[in-house]
Amino acid sequence: MTATQIQSPRSGKDGNGRPGAGLIAPKYRRSGASKGNFEMAAWLFMRLSGVVLVVLIFGHLFVNLLVGEGIHAIDFGFVAGKWADPFWQFWDLAMLWLAMLHGTNGVRTIINDYAEKDSTRFWLKIVLYAATAVIIILGTLVIFTFNPCPLDVNGIPLPGGFCPAA
Amino acid sequence: MSAEIAEPASKIELPAGVGGGGEIPTFDVTLRVRRYNPEISEEATWDDYKLTMYGTDRVLDALHKVKWEIDGSVSFRRSCAHGVCGSDAMRINGRNRLACKTLLKDLDTSKPITVEPIKGLPVEKDLIVDMEPFFQSFREVMPFLINKGHEPTKERLQSAEDRERFDDTTKCILCAACTSSCPVFWTDGQYFGPAAIVNAHRFIFDSRDDAGDMRLEILNDKEGVWRCRTTFNCSEACPRGIQVTQAIAEVKQAILSRKI
Repeated sequence: MTATQIQSPRSGKDGNGRPGAGLIAPKYRRSGASKGNFEMAAWLFMRLSGVVLVVLIFGHLFVNLLVGEGIHAIDFGFVAGKWADPFWQFWDLAMLWLAMLHGTNGVRTIINDYAEKDSTRFWLKIVLYAATAVIIILGTLVIFTFNPCPLDVNGIPLPGGFCPAA
Repeated sequence: MSAEIAEPASKIELPAGVGGGGEIPTFDVTLRVRRYNPEISEEATWDDYKLTMYGTDRVLDALHKVKWEIDGSVSFRRSCAHGVCGSDAMRINGRNRLACKTLLKDLDTSKPITVEPIKGLPVEKDLIVDMEPFFQSFREVMPFLINKGHEPTKERLQSAEDRERFDDTTKCILCAACTSSCPVFWTDGQYFGPAAIVNAHRFIFDSRDDAGDMRLEILNDKEGVWRCRTTFNCSEACPRGIQVTQAIAEVKQAILSRKI
């Protein structure tokens, strides 16, 4: 006569009925406590940058589209004029950095929420961070090195019609 | 003295044919139950049961009728059957509810009533899920009083205002309706989940407890409160009406004010 096999009655318990014996599926097991306050900082940044961005973006829209001739005044010269002023350089720089980081963090949380495999999550984030870095660096360079009257290799202004010929 | 007149059954004259359960309206419902039995098939299927139920019946009564009179193999958890034990949380018409607190007449009985196990936890059979991951998170927030001082010889007194601070979160019955309604928990089973945070809240804001900082540190995890997206599914699902999302927000604020 063979002994009747009695299964452990509840999952999550070992044969002696002790709970927490590691029978919880890996999907639910937290891999150790995370250190630092990064998630808290990210959460706080989203709220603060959101408030600042509301001011920056609506200020930007108001000045560009409503003041004076409004939308009809926007051309290369208008942008060149704005970026000659350190105030607007700073304004646009703040808008660029805050909007990019705010958006990147938002997409990061979406990836965290929706990517089911660790490898998918990893690669999506790599793509996201690379795109963010390129746009932030390029945008910052444009704001600070913008020259409305570029010269060609011979020192002659490039054609464009915005700058008086030297 | 005249002979004693027998007390009538009712002091009001009732017409014949009325009485007993007859005056409660009856109606026909189709109960569509999610069936899963890993010993037979890995595929879950829907089974329909046509039932005649009374206006006072709950979804749990319909499940009982199925199990007791039609198909004894239908499996579900229930214990007290009166909204206290928190055993019979299930997805009724796509919403997490206690089967014992959901009246059939409040649902759309013209269409089949779908009954599924709660989402995000491994299904064991039919409507029964493995609650162990849920209770593991609950245990990790240390849901018990921790007091560093000497043990008092009598009751630990607390003012009514201090008690009121965490009154809402004392109502939790651990039915898992909130955690299993959370879309973050559906895809990320490592998230502590609303229920664990609610039970941490109950002790973090208790003036008699000294381990609030430890619990805040546990929930300041990447799988802790910052995972919450404030979708309010948990508050909507809670059969005790706990403002779960608000409790989570209060824990977030407590962590912030402690760190800054």
